Amino acid sequence: MFGLRHASRHRDAVTQLLPHRTLALLLLTLSAVALPHVLRLPWWISLGFVVCAAWRYLVAVRGLRLPTRGLLLLTTCVAMVGIFLTYGTLLGLDAGVAILTAMLGLKLLELRRRRDTNVTLYLGYFLIVTQLLYVQSLPMFAYMLLLVWAMTTLLISANRPGGGQAPLEHARLAGTMLLQAIPIMLVVFLLFPRLPGPLWSMPDTDRTATSGLSDSMEPGSISDLSLSDAVAFRVEFDDTPPLPRERYWRGPVLPEYDGRQWQQPKESHPVLPVLEPLAGEIRYTVTLEPHNRRWLIALDMPLQMDVSARVNSEYHVSSDQRISNRVRYSAVSARNYRLGAELHDDSLDRYRELPEGSHPRAQALATDWLQQADGAEDLIRIALTHFREQPFHYTLQPPLMPDDPVDEFLFEHRRGFCEHYASAFTVLMRAAGVPARVVTGYQGGEINPSGGYMIVRQSDAHAWSEVFVEGDGWRRVDPTGWVAPERIESGLADALEDPAGLSLLSRREASWGRSLQLRWDAVNAAWDRWVLAYGPELQAQLLQRFGLAGWRDALLLMTGTVIVLLLLVALVLFLPRHRRGPDPAADAWERFCRKLARAGLQRAPHEGPKDYTERVAARRPDLATAVREVANRYVASRYQPPDTESDHLRALQRSVAAFRVDGR
Amino acid sequence: MSAVPSSARRWANRWLDHRLGVPDREMRLSYRRIFILPSRGGLLFALMVFAIWLGAVNYINNMAYLLAFLLTGLGGVSMIHSVRNLLGLELVAESPAPVFAGQTLHFPIRLTNPASRTRYGLQLRLRGGDSVATDVPGGGSVRVSLPVPGPDRGVRRMPVMRLHSVFPGGLFTSWSWPRFRREGLVYPRAEDGRVPPPDGSGGDGEGHSASTGEEDFAGLRRYQAGDPVRQLAWRSWARGMELQTKQFGREDHGQLWLDWRQTRGLDTERRLSRLCRWILDCDDAGMPFGLRLPGVVLEPSSGPQHRHACLAALARHPGGPA
Repeated sequence: MFGLRHASRHRDAVTQLLPHRTLALLLLTLSAVALPHVLRLPWWISLGFVVCAAWRYLVAVRGLRLPTRGLLLLTTCVAMVGIFLTYGTLLGLDAGVAILTAMLGLKLLELRRRRDTNVTLYLGYFLIVTQLLYVQSLPMFAYMLLLVWAMTTLLISANRPGGGQAPLEHARLAGTMLLQAIPIMLVVFLLFPRLPGPLWSMPDTDRTATSGLSDSMEPGSISDLSLSDAVAFRVEFDDTPPLPRERYWRGPVLPEYDGRQWQQPKESHPVLPVLEPLAGEIRYTVTLEPHNRRWLIALDMPLQMDVSARVNSEYHVSSDQRISNRVRYSAVSARNYRLGAELHDDSLDRYRELPEGSHPRAQALATDWLQQADGAEDLIRIALTHFREQPFHYTLQPPLMPDDPVDEFLFEHRRGFCEHYASAFTVLMRAAGVPARVVTGYQGGEINPSGGYMIVRQSDAHAWSEVFVEGDGWRRVDPTGWVAPERIESGLADALEDPAGLSLLSRREASWGRSLQLRWDAVNAAWDRWVLAYGPELQAQLLQRFGLAGWRDALLLMTGTVIVLLLLVALVLFLPRHRRGPDPAADAWERFCRKLARAGLQRAPHEGPKDYTERVAARRPDLATAVREVANRYVASRYQPPDTESDHLRALQRSVAAFRVDGR
Repeated sequence: MSAVPSSARRWANRWLDHRLGVPDREMRLSYRRIFILPSRGGLLFALMVFAIWLGAVNYINNMAYLLAFLLTGLGGVSMIHSVRNLLGLELVAESPAPVFAGQTLHFPIRLTNPASRTRYGLQLRLRGGDSVATDVPGGGSVRVSLPVPGPDRGVRRMPVMRLHSVFPGGLFTSWSWPRFRREGLVYPRAEDGRVPPPDGSGGDGEGHSASTGEEDFAGLRRYQAGDPVRQLAWRSWARGMELQTKQFGREDHGQLWLDWRQTRGLDTERRLSRLCRWILDCDDAGMPFGLRLPGVVLEPSSGPQHRHACLAALARHPGGPA
């Protein structure tokens, strides 16, 4: 009997822990927190989460029972095993998110007391941060603010003993608190000392890999990229941007060839060729999107970059770490240059290597050419003529060339994308004994009029060749440009016969949708530049500008500013509000003056009530008593102590209403 | 608390008296009267923010920094809002209704909110009693009764009140310890069971005007149809006994005196209990009576005021239980 009573009382507590609407809001908000993870999570966790939420709601509404602790424990263990089987580990970001989501879902079935609600909400706040580790965009920031707002509303509602509902009022209060917290957030964000991360391990970079150039190139690798209009990097030029045909952005250089795939060298050659800038220095700043590889991008050919980076003997610039966060650096490039002019042809054998017996027809063609040609420059000219005169097509959808991608491309299909042209041309040059290599990167870029910077997208990815000319050094040769000059001059869309497969942004059509997109990109660029790129280096610069010596000063300034901000909030909240409502006494006095004015007795601006009424009394002795009475009452209602104020006011209003200029 | 040396506690009490003041019945919660500390939930929240910050450092993630610092700011701001929830509240301690020993004494408190915003989730508790939660609407006032369970007979000073709220968000607890010079009267517990009627011999020579009690209150007999309703012993009937009628001598035959000396042979509290029982019975019967205690004489009368005066005299009788 006792046990039963106890159980039912307990059930009441569970049912009535939160008003139904608050509980529904809680479940919805937590689902919204978990929502962005749905695509990353195994399906059964998402499903389980929804089931838990629905169950908890039915517990409140229909009086269902919560599962016992034993069942919950069992479910938790099963979930852990499932997560381990899915990810092969319980550590790392993805598995961590899965665990956290599963825990949050199961915690919903444990909402018995107020403390449980709080723990659930704190877990929810923490789950928000895991989304930010995947996406750091401006919309995500807005979403984060929205979630924090909802969660804070819930925190207020859940921590309000005495029950009752006031969700709207709580939401308004949560909004106010959030607005008051934002200045503090900004100050702390700017001044709180930044530790150089990571503390224990980096995120599992492979899973979060985004699109971008890879460290190797094979047929299809760049045409895949070209379908994406994701931003690869943005560039701000100090002066005029380079011409479209000069916009070659140098990325990974690939000298190693296995018959199908071009790769970076295993080891860098110890001798760095001499780079001699000729003319046309150009200064700019790059904001490179994370791509989880090491390469950095620069306009061909970079002279300086203010980022810790290495240059190998192919003039491929790479960072010491994987680029897993947006980086920003300034660079200086030379539009015209000579690279390796001092080198001798015979020291460059590694750029002539071809796998034994590969591409027999291409080798035969190259031998043919070699007999007509005199030197590397002549060979290049012959190749140009060949590509121009044969029916080559530039297309994103080349046929499959499974056996020998170079021979089939050159002699059968003659349809291909830039990687086919660069690869085939480099093979031909090597076969003819000329040192040559493949360079990948981006070609092109579009000036965003809304921000005055250049956007280079993944669809601008490109591949070309570099050929060594004795006495002149390495020279850039772009065979794609021979076949499709529009590609170089105005971009991919103009060069393709059928651009319908391309995404909206890669097509260069003028439309309001496009201009809107460009504006949005400018907003995002500003967000990246001012918020996301802020790190230890920028912080040091900022502190220096404020004349602060180091992190101690910064902490001091931060603490001081936060205290001042809190005091300001307190001042605003605690000061009694003087409401400037309507002033009925002044209104009555105005009415009185208007009545007299209509009879030609305007009040002069300098006259106080006494002076004015005395003048009126002198002019119209018949009104003297009445006007003096109004004046006295007006003065009284103004200057008497407040407790009698209302009486005076009413008397004033009465006598003004009764007042007639034209006698009784 | 018990480990605190009593001198330290005295010192703390003096400091509190100095800081809070001990008004008679009205108090306005000013800055000086409000204390604030992070709650347990607040500490957990801080731990969670720290974890987010760690994540931000490890993953070099500026959005996570923003979130961590936003929540930090939220915590700081909620501290001010928490104080604001109590600030300016006006408390009036009204006089509590007397109770009998063992019943729950309720001290009524009127909370007035001069501001236009609602004060949410105020929790009030007197030391030793249960907590009462209430909201006070903007510009309105609310009356709550704070229980003090099972007090002993006597004059009960109003214990220290704890008024606290965790609104908004439960990250901070702000509280005050309002104290008032208010007293509650606790009448003795009326004696149960078979209580001998007051016997006339109690007045040993002093109370000449007293009539013999036996003639006035003759005891109880079984109810018979037609007995006047006001003479029914409702009290014993309510205890589950059969319905009885109180029998009295002639009412106009002199006056009934309830005297301390009539209860000789019992200890003080039992004597007061018995007197209490007699007073209640007489009052139930609507019969005038007088009360004589050492140093206190209440002339015979009747009615609720007289009843209260007599019971209060019992309550104030010196030598209450420690």
